Amino acid sequence: MTAVLESPATFVVDQPSDRVGLRGAMAAEWTKLWSVRSTMWTLAATAVAVVGLAALSTGTRSASDIVDDPTRLSLIGIFLGQLIFGVLGVLVMSAEYGTGTIRATLAAVPRRPVVLAAKIIVFGAVALVVSEVFTFVAFGVGQAILSARHAVGAQTAIAQHAHALGVKVPPSIKGLVSSSGTASLGQPGVLRAVVGAGLYLVVLGLLALGLATIIRHTAGAISAFVGVVLVLPLIVQALPASISNAVARYLPANIGIVMFSTNHVPDDLGPTFSPWTGFALLVLYTVIVLGVGCWVLVRRDA
Amino acid sequence: MIEARGLSKRFGDVLAVDDLSFDVRPGTVTGFLGPNGSGKSTTMRMIMGLDAPVAGSVKVLGRRYHDLPWPLREVGGLLEAKAIHPGRSARAHLLALARSNGIARTRVDEVLELVGLSAVAGKRAGKFSLGMGQRLGIAAALLGDPAVLLFDEPVNGLDPEGIRWVRTLCKSLATEGRTVFVSSHLMAEMALMADHLVVIGKGKLIAETSVADFVARSSKQAVKVRTLSPREFSDAVTNAGGTVIADPDGSVTVTGLSAPQVGDLALSIGVSLHELTPVASLEDAFMELTEQSVEFRAGR
Repeated sequence: MTAVLESPATFVVDQPSDRVGLRGAMAAEWTKLWSVRSTMWTLAATAVAVVGLAALSTGTRSASDIVDDPTRLSLIGIFLGQLIFGVLGVLVMSAEYGTGTIRATLAAVPRRPVVLAAKIIVFGAVALVVSEVFTFVAFGVGQAILSARHAVGAQTAIAQHAHALGVKVPPSIKGLVSSSGTASLGQPGVLRAVVGAGLYLVVLGLLALGLATIIRHTAGAISAFVGVVLVLPLIVQALPASISNAVARYLPANIGIVMFSTNHVPDDLGPTFSPWTGFALLVLYTVIVLGVGCWVLVRRDA
Repeated sequence: MIEARGLSKRFGDVLAVDDLSFDVRPGTVTGFLGPNGSGKSTTMRMIMGLDAPVAGSVKVLGRRYHDLPWPLREVGGLLEAKAIHPGRSARAHLLALARSNGIARTRVDEVLELVGLSAVAGKRAGKFSLGMGQRLGIAAALLGDPAVLLFDEPVNGLDPEGIRWVRTLCKSLATEGRTVFVSSHLMAEMALMADHLVVIGKGKLIAETSVADFVARSSKQAVKVRTLSPREFSDAVTNAGGTVIADPDGSVTVTGLSAPQVGDLALSIGVSLHELTPVASLEDAFMELTEQSVEFRAGR
């Protein structure tokens, strides 16, 4: 062997550890995540779904409608957003298998649990930031629209009554009516619901990542994810009430609804877990799926 | 240095790699030769720790691949062309690999320059030709300036100029003292590139030898002959126990007789020869050795 090979190469960056590890793997995952357009597209689509549906659901309410949970109404886009977010979670892993880059990835970092951990941390962190931003924006937009519509509705009603009575409406009444029928972050359960909506999206994204690690194919993993989130609730609903009431509360989608509702959960949901108990259960599911994924990743040939 | 010992791999009922042992030494290009489906790629993947052997082991630089501290700085592999996300640029692909192993960003542009992809480094790789994909794969292998290089069918999809480039590159990497292990199903290509050969068929080791010895061991010596009396000459060769095949360019190829025997035969029957060339029949040597082990053969 020549001297050239024995001397350390000049382009090697100083590393704090003595072997390839989580730090490098995370840097690689960060580069991979932002160097494909699908990341921006799915994030943008999730934003449109979450914020757009907040505007739509609140904007189409007639002014006289009674909204039982204005918070949930403004976060209703989570139903659609979770599916798009799930696709991104799936792609983080399945795209590697679909394109064959998994072999380059695992050749660079042969300790496979480190690769999976890097994906979980990088995708999870990005998901947390963007989903919390999306849900807070959705909440803000939704409440602003509700407030505006209620104000219009109430003022119209007041104006009609005033006209019939032949009295003038004092200007101060406008400020009072605009706060009715909307939620603010200071009210009980509202901040928890908005934060919870974002957390729900993050955990579902990681669940999708775990499913993709097990299934390895984009289409298969997305199908499994949609099955868990959308189809399972439909099946449970079709079961006799005695069974569905016992089972429904364990479903990720139903846990999600509780998480982004304030204290009033829809009656047709049946018995539910409390928001944080449900969240803990959802995290448990995700840890199990990711654990199985890790086991499969280590055991199977790449 | 690569040391395989009793390496075996089973896919269902098929023993894809069967008790394979060989050494690949630094400073030379070692060709990994075998028909398609003989287990070359599987062996390459086992060397790089991507597939787990059912028996045996393989070490690179004295360690299992899994235990290499900085894999990309020690081993570079081209396993399949175009194993890249079609939406990702060549530069981003290499940058992700570089960052995982603590390799500086500047090295990415260096290897892109080296393989001639600088001009398209920022383009989405989905538009790359197979040849460009091969070059990108080679760039990824060279990224960490590793002492061991594994190239699985590197000339696939390359134009003649690209093939010559790969050949020169492999030789110069070996001259620098590196271990270069190149697989191919094309004997002629190996003869031009490699010094040593590991020949396998149906997952079994057939030969581990130098290229020169491999050719010499073949019983099929061929002689290219040009004569104005092909008819008379052919009869004489057939009578002497040889076989004659007419070539499209008007010459004939004689097998079963050595060049001196053919010359003497022509003299004895009074036929003049305009050409008498012993042909190093590498393909024949290869075919002969792997005849029993070709998995899929046409017309059977």
